[in-house]
Amino acid sequence: MGAQLRVYKRRIKSVTATKKITRAMEMIAASRIVKAQRKVAASAPYADELTRAVTAVAHGAGVKHPLTTEAERPRRAAVLLITSDRGLAGGYSANAIKAGEHLTSELVAQGKQVDAYIVGRKGVSYYGFRERPVRQSWTGFTDSPTYADAKAVAEPLIEAIQRDTDEGGVDELHIVFTEFISMMTQRPVETRMLPLTLERSAEESAETFQRGNQAQPLYEFEPSAERVLDELLPRYVESRIYNALLQAAASKHAATRRAMKSATDNAEDLIRSLTRLANAARQAEITQEITEIVGGASALADATAGSER
Amino acid sequence: MAELHVELVAADRRVWSGEASLVVARTTAGDIGIMPGHQPVLAVLKSGPVTIRTAGESGTGTVTAAVHGGFLSYTDGKLSLLAEIAELSDEIDVERAQRALEQARAEEDAEAERRADVRLRAVSVDR
Repeated sequence: MGAQLRVYKRRIKSVTATKKITRAMEMIAASRIVKAQRKVAASAPYADELTRAVTAVAHGAGVKHPLTTEAERPRRAAVLLITSDRGLAGGYSANAIKAGEHLTSELVAQGKQVDAYIVGRKGVSYYGFRERPVRQSWTGFTDSPTYADAKAVAEPLIEAIQRDTDEGGVDELHIVFTEFISMMTQRPVETRMLPLTLERSAEESAETFQRGNQAQPLYEFEPSAERVLDELLPRYVESRIYNALLQAAASKHAATRRAMKSATDNAEDLIRSLTRLANAARQAEITQEITEIVGGASALADATAGSER
Repeated sequence: MAELHVELVAADRRVWSGEASLVVARTTAGDIGIMPGHQPVLAVLKSGPVTIRTAGESGTGTVTAAVHGGFLSYTDGKLSLLAEIAELSDEIDVERAQRALEQARAEEDAEAERRADVRLRAVSVDR
């Protein structure tokens, strides 16, 4: 076999092996998306009920709580950035980091100091490489986060927001994660979690207007409105973080699936063009061999014809 | 008779939902019993068993669950029980809970001991 042909054959073999790997990864990611989506759906009732309760208290009770009232002059903000532990997911982590950077620069422009909290090895190494300070980081659970993980992440954040700003606490809490919209679309989002923005759409306020002010029932609190809020808000933060982690995990799997699908497609293209080249090389080799044989035979014929004379 | 619609949800799943005539839960201020037509209430729950007396479509009977912290909110005939961890008593593995309780006692892990204890109590209320 000619040297050229051998090189092509070897490359085809290696690309085929890579294709098998990427196809397997694509399939694994596809099955994990379904699982992750199911987890997002399963966590929805809790999050919904909790949000309803928080809104009810914040609207109805008329209590002032540090977690619902805005600081007069916010000076420090915490940003929780959710990325993944592993790469091979296209622009997934890069996009989340970019959204985080965007938010950070916006906050800095407003004259706030930003404390970074990071989930996922990709984000940690991004900050590590640029030697930027990170308040706290977590790795190792981004593929399938549990509620306990969300609690672990939420704990220092809640602690920081409850502390005074002068003693290293923060006034605001932002979260950046990748929202899972569909199998094909995932979008990095940045939202402010605390202090609560009881944002209401125009339609909703119109509705309350029509129904008058009795829309919010008067709750009885057990033991007291303040205590209930004290308990409720940390749970609210935890559940929001849990939801963000789950959506980020689903998005990560979807991004992996897409990246691996295009890798498989590319491998196929590569194999096709390499096969063409290998065929051409083989044909060239055969042609050359024939030419050599014919040339050799006629040289031999010439030589014997000469000796007879 | 009027009925309550009860939703018992844990952080990662919906544990139980259905109609009930009475729900008894333990709040930080003591046990509270909620029947249809109760005033809107929002309470902080303590770890403990929650007893739901079912009615209507779910049939008459009792459902008991172990709830580890959380909230209870009632408005307009809708009662939601929210807990980070909630288990129905028939989902609880008694032997495992017993083992966990012993282990927690041996290791003096107050948190784990309390959790195992709540599970066992929920089961004993039920049976």
